[in-house]
Amino acid sequence: MKRSDFLFRLLCLLCAALAAAILGALLFQMTAASLDAWKRFGLAFLFSSQWDPAAEEYGALVPLAGTLLTTGIALLLAVPPAFAAANFLLDAPKGLAAILGNAIDLLAAIPSVIYGMWGLFVLAPFLQQHIQPFLADTLGLGRFSLFGAEYNGFGLLTAGLILALMILPFLCATMRDVLQMTPPVLREAAYGMGCTKREVTRDVVIPYGFRGLLGSIFIGLGRALGETMAVLFVIGNMMELPKGLFGSTTTIAATLANNFAEAEGLQRSALFALGVTLLAISLLIQVAVQLLLRKPAAEKR
Amino acid sequence: MKPKSLRKRKFLNLASEVFSLCAIAVAVSAMAIILATVAYQGWHALSLDFLLRRSAPYGAQGGIGNAILGTIAITLGASVVAIPLALLAGIYLSEYAHGKLACLLRFSANVLMGVPSILVGLFIYTAVVVPTGHFSGMAGSLALSILMFPMILRTTEEILRMVPNSLRESALALGMSRPRAILGIVCRSAAPGLLTGILMAVARVSGETAPLLFTALFADSWLTGYFTQPTPSLPVLITEYTTNSPFASMHAAGWGASLAVMTLVLAINLSTRIFLGRKVR
Repeated sequence: MKRSDFLFRLLCLLCAALAAAILGALLFQMTAASLDAWKRFGLAFLFSSQWDPAAEEYGALVPLAGTLLTTGIALLLAVPPAFAAANFLLDAPKGLAAILGNAIDLLAAIPSVIYGMWGLFVLAPFLQQHIQPFLADTLGLGRFSLFGAEYNGFGLLTAGLILALMILPFLCATMRDVLQMTPPVLREAAYGMGCTKREVTRDVVIPYGFRGLLGSIFIGLGRALGETMAVLFVIGNMMELPKGLFGSTTTIAATLANNFAEAEGLQRSALFALGVTLLAISLLIQVAVQLLLRKPAAEKR
Repeated sequence: MKPKSLRKRKFLNLASEVFSLCAIAVAVSAMAIILATVAYQGWHALSLDFLLRRSAPYGAQGGIGNAILGTIAITLGASVVAIPLALLAGIYLSEYAHGKLACLLRFSANVLMGVPSILVGLFIYTAVVVPTGHFSGMAGSLALSILMFPMILRTTEEILRMVPNSLRESALALGMSRPRAILGIVCRSAAPGLLTGILMAVARVSGETAPLLFTALFADSWLTGYFTQPTPSLPVLITEYTTNSPFASMHAAGWGASLAVMTLVLAINLSTRIFLGRKVR
């Protein structure tokens, strides 16, 4: 091999190795910076709902629960319409599908801070003045602890809604790509046997693209988990377990954004420990995505 | 198996169609409301003066000129760092890599793409801001470049893989060296796709806020020191003006900045789509 060939190859390899190097450095640095907190609190850090800078007692339960709950609500709200829309685009007339498809791709590109700002100035006041009084007082749902009697427009439900809106176009776009991979022959055969559209979807399209669909849900899950700005504006930012769906709480990313600048010493270490927790969750999700989206061995051959 | 009655099947089908249409209608109208609000509120705030003036504390007449320049500078800085590295890395994965190592690197790139952006901000804070002793636009650029790197790497690899092998073989058969064949033939034939991937990544990161919060920070000044001073940017300006301020005039400025960011991001996206006409994610 000529020398320039070798050098070029080496250069490319070094650049590619950066991916692993950055990931390694990120993991190492986050762990190192959070070591104090882990030493002091141990794994109990994950299950303690204390967050008291004065007493130097820190626990991750509140932000962790907030993160998981908002993400859960967002997925529950976003997945069914995203799938319905993707499925609709599959059979929609050419022109309409092209317009809607492009619109969805564009919407997926809108920065999250704009969703956050819209949530703060439009959605939260609207929920507070119209939706929450109706749900809590008129329907009497406020009596149930699932919702909570107090409401101010901010909180779990609002954050979940904003997140759902944010991941919806993205989910829809990836799901559409997965659904498009179903061979038309399969669907046509099912239609030919007299299946209704719902039956084709349930018995042919979904089973065929199951792994891909699950993969795109997981990618959406990853986005929602780590999202800072869209949540920060509307979650209420209270370091307490939410009193029902209307209750204010916080998430890991929002806690970091709010407190990191002023934190010092043990608090900063505890914040890094929160960061490590979030990182660990998103790594697990990414591993799951990779396993799901990897082509089955038989298909590769 | 007992056959279901036709009527029941038709009814179920109709019900799910109706649900589909309702879901799409709700989703599309929610999106339309968001876009319309930003466009309406932002339009009232926007003026030439607003776009050219630098931001100011409450009371003074401010604009978003410095934040626009800052966003451009930070994004450009990130692009300069990330694009060449990511292109070369993508070339390695598609043209050279085989076996375990390639799998590992591809896996790391995918995982890196899923790392929450605020954590990248924390990482750069400890790796760059603390050692150098000051917040800077450069630190912001580095944070964004970490976000860009895996995005461009993945699209580059995918697009180069779509180039037919016969092109590579003919180039090599003509006696070209491997690097020349790759850069001059393979990459050139894939150029529109590569450019699309790059521009999409640029558009994505130019609206990112979380990684800039602890790296580029914010300032009301013009770009006085990209390498040594806190540097303003549009997304952080939006955050500052809306969360830390009770004043309606600041909120209006925030809407104006939102419209500016949205226009910027959508303009890059749309022009890429129209002129390059290739779909990449």
